[in-house]
Amino acid sequence: MIHKLYDSAASAVADIFDGATVLIGGFGEAGSPIELIHALIDQGARELTVVNNNTGSGHVGLAALIENRRVAKMICSFPRTANSTVFPDLYSKNKIELELVPQGTLAERIRAGGAGIPAFYTATSVGTQLAEGKEHRQFNGREYVLEHGLTADFALIKCRSADRLGNVIYNKTARNFSPVMATAAQTTIVQADEYVPEGKLEPEAIVTPAIYVDRIVAVSTPLQESELVAAGVQYP
Amino acid sequence: MTTVTNMATGWSRQDIARKIAADIPDGAFVNLGIGMPESVVNHIPQGREVIFHTENGLLGMGPAPPAGEEDPELINAGKRHVTAITGASFFHHADSFAMIRGGHIDICVLGAMQVSQTGDLANWSMGEADAAPAVGGAMDLVAGAKQIFVATQHCTKSGKPKLVESITLPATGLAVVSRVYTNMAILDIRNGAFELVELAPDVDLQTLQDNTGATIIVPVHAETGKAASL
Repeated sequence: MIHKLYDSAASAVADIFDGATVLIGGFGEAGSPIELIHALIDQGARELTVVNNNTGSGHVGLAALIENRRVAKMICSFPRTANSTVFPDLYSKNKIELELVPQGTLAERIRAGGAGIPAFYTATSVGTQLAEGKEHRQFNGREYVLEHGLTADFALIKCRSADRLGNVIYNKTARNFSPVMATAAQTTIVQADEYVPEGKLEPEAIVTPAIYVDRIVAVSTPLQESELVAAGVQYP
Repeated sequence: MTTVTNMATGWSRQDIARKIAADIPDGAFVNLGIGMPESVVNHIPQGREVIFHTENGLLGMGPAPPAGEEDPELINAGKRHVTAITGASFFHHADSFAMIRGGHIDICVLGAMQVSQTGDLANWSMGEADAAPAVGGAMDLVAGAKQIFVATQHCTKSGKPKLVESITLPATGLAVVSRVYTNMAILDIRNGAFELVELAPDVDLQTLQDNTGATIIVPVHAETGKAASL
């Protein structure tokens, strides 16, 4: 029997180790697995490399993980957003490392990593600072830069529904990076608004097939990051 | 003689958005950057069907929802609340950027810090050492979209030209911009120069040139009355 359901976010993230690379889904607050992130803060793992498009906002979720000094390095495309002060402050004091990656290159690096593709060429960033020091090659008269696939130890993602086998569907633009992140981690941990029996999800509509999902936590009424930020909440 | 100008000179932001919208053909798939480009969505002429793409995974982006109907899981690349039109589709980030990088987006409208006369664009970094740099999807968009339009004020807040011979800020992409819409004029990038397409009504050619850091080419067929009269 396949058993992927965990009874709590805490038990699902218990073995995330110091120095792990963790992919965290979400684009701003949309799709951010805030309960899993808070469980990771409680768990205490340090020196993490975290991959997310942004760096969180306010003092909850990803911003709180960074503020509690659990993150040694961020890999992201846009570390500044509204209400985002934690990362920019640490960065200006040279207390956190940043690998800045164009957004499409970031998504493709994760996709490639999950598909067993070690590297690929792209025209994105050619002629810019972000291509400096990277291998270049011409194809059909156009210049491209070599980018490497990205894999990780863990992925933390949020979805609308997960079934017992681990098939997953998402909600609107909360999907964003999560389906590619689910493919690129040794262990993919999903928090689901809704946990359903197999057969409940339409096979033609499944976005992340069960093979990519290792653990499921049901979080039926997830916290909303923007509401916490507006209320001035600080985690923990 | 230098004519002092400011952001109130010429077209308003909504005028610029309207000019851009008028140049987007029926059936186009369009990506709008954050800031001034976002308002293009409000000015598509009646009867023209344009599908808006937002790189966080939505094709068929609609206008902002009425107050009270915002959905935190339905946002655009600028993280503002949006709606999805009837017939919209959602997809993940790698698919979304495959649309961009694979050359499937017809037009992308972006803001700018600087544009050079050869079409180089700088719009992601002021080059400050201690400020966290942020690039988002700009480098993917300029490398992949079929056409890049720039929507910008003609000068910086301190009055310096944004349209220059060579960019001095970090590049987003080289030779990528095809047309620039500012409060003072519409200019094409052609043969390594800014070529005048249209002057704003209360701007004369000398004022435009004085506020531009590169020589402006005025084609003999320029149809604006003021340009032709010079």
